[in-house]
Amino acid sequence: MPEAIEDLEIQLLLEALYQRYHYDFRHYARASIKRRLTQARAQLGFPTISAMQDRVLHDPAMLPRLLDYLTVQVSEMFRDPSYFRALREKVLPHLRTYPSLKVWIAGCSTGEELYSLAILFKEEDLYDRTIFYATDINPEALAAAEAGVYTLERIRKFTENHQKSGGKSSLSDYYTAAYGRAVFDKGLRSRVVFSDHSLVTDAVFGEMHLISCRNVMIYFDRALQDRAVGLFHESLARKGFLGLGSKESLRFSAHAGAFSEFVPSEKIYQRREP
Amino acid sequence: MTPARTIVIGASAGAVQALLVLLPALPADFALTVLVVVHVPPDRDNVLVPLLRAKCLLPVKEAEDKEPIAAGVIYFAPSDYHLLVEPDRTLALSADEPVNYSRPSIDVLFESAADAYREELVGVILTGANHDGAAGLKAVADAGGVAIVQDSGEAYATAMPDAAREASPTALTMNLDAIASYLSSLETA
Repeated sequence: MPEAIEDLEIQLLLEALYQRYHYDFRHYARASIKRRLTQARAQLGFPTISAMQDRVLHDPAMLPRLLDYLTVQVSEMFRDPSYFRALREKVLPHLRTYPSLKVWIAGCSTGEELYSLAILFKEEDLYDRTIFYATDINPEALAAAEAGVYTLERIRKFTENHQKSGGKSSLSDYYTAAYGRAVFDKGLRSRVVFSDHSLVTDAVFGEMHLISCRNVMIYFDRALQDRAVGLFHESLARKGFLGLGSKESLRFSAHAGAFSEFVPSEKIYQRREP
Repeated sequence: MTPARTIVIGASAGAVQALLVLLPALPADFALTVLVVVHVPPDRDNVLVPLLRAKCLLPVKEAEDKEPIAAGVIYFAPSDYHLLVEPDRTLALSADEPVNYSRPSIDVLFESAADAYREELVGVILTGANHDGAAGLKAVADAGGVAIVQDSGEAYATAMPDAAREASPTALTMNLDAIASYLSSLETA
């Protein structure tokens, strides 16, 4: 039956992407991947997923176009303002006790969450003692994050979120508007390391005090989520913090016991020490 | 005929009143899972869950990512996330772009559930003022599941049931009381 054939085509395409380009989506949650690939197939004009696979195998220029469908997340600055408020009011007082800080934005996509955190740390006078690591598997998304340019029509929502998060400054202090775009200040990324890193295939990353990974692991299956959470656990300093998306949870994870709920309502966890 | 295991319900404008008739009518020993998408404005917590929890005989909760699906539980999609069923029949959320201007989208739930449950699924489209759910209900019917549409004579808003019926001409048309009796009569094997 045709449905089963499409499922097989998807499996083969994911295997092809891995073997040819080492992009590993084989353990992504299948229902979302299927939606995205079906959308890619239709919009890129291929009759079947197999035809799309044939093209991407032989034409590396096709890869970034397909990656856009498979990886890019549209987010907002200060999405879920209460999360950033909880960081400001509950987590930062702990971080303040360290002379230097490392923060990892895992799966930073086009940078909205990174700039939100950079502004928060500026407002709380912690920016200058912090190094931010912004990682993603999509090189084009990373380049966009590094550029820090967003269309002005999105800024109204960003501004509203920033205020709701307890922002102490005006968002407009941090960007220059020109030609329908807001260009965020270089000063917000002077202490940011942008890096290609995969939660699927790459290893531990520094001694982090805070890892923010929001709405990234919802696209993973449970085995892969377990791998990523294990990686976060190993990457965290003692009593380090892990922030997830508002509807994510470690409850169904193999590592649930390795973390305590620090701000349960905002899905902020703290590494549990023996 | 394969007994149904799961029911997916989609509703938009007028959803609260319709669900307050339908869901409290399901018996306490109901053995199927119910997954519900209602269009609610983002930025607002799902007020439907506490409201319906107080009225229903079955447990009512907001769906969580990676949650195993339990029988006899009513799950609601959280606001501002799509709800999907994985092939291994666990729940998954996604923050992908809105579909039909909606997040959560009824099509996203119905299409993924149709994949996971095939003929073991019942899809129900209730009142609403847009076309979300039409493609999803068709996917349910095409996979061999049962497609039901609320009678437009009774629906608060008719665009959604009308669009669903047009996409799935074989769908059963029923009023809320009939849908409640039909669902209540379903038994798992």
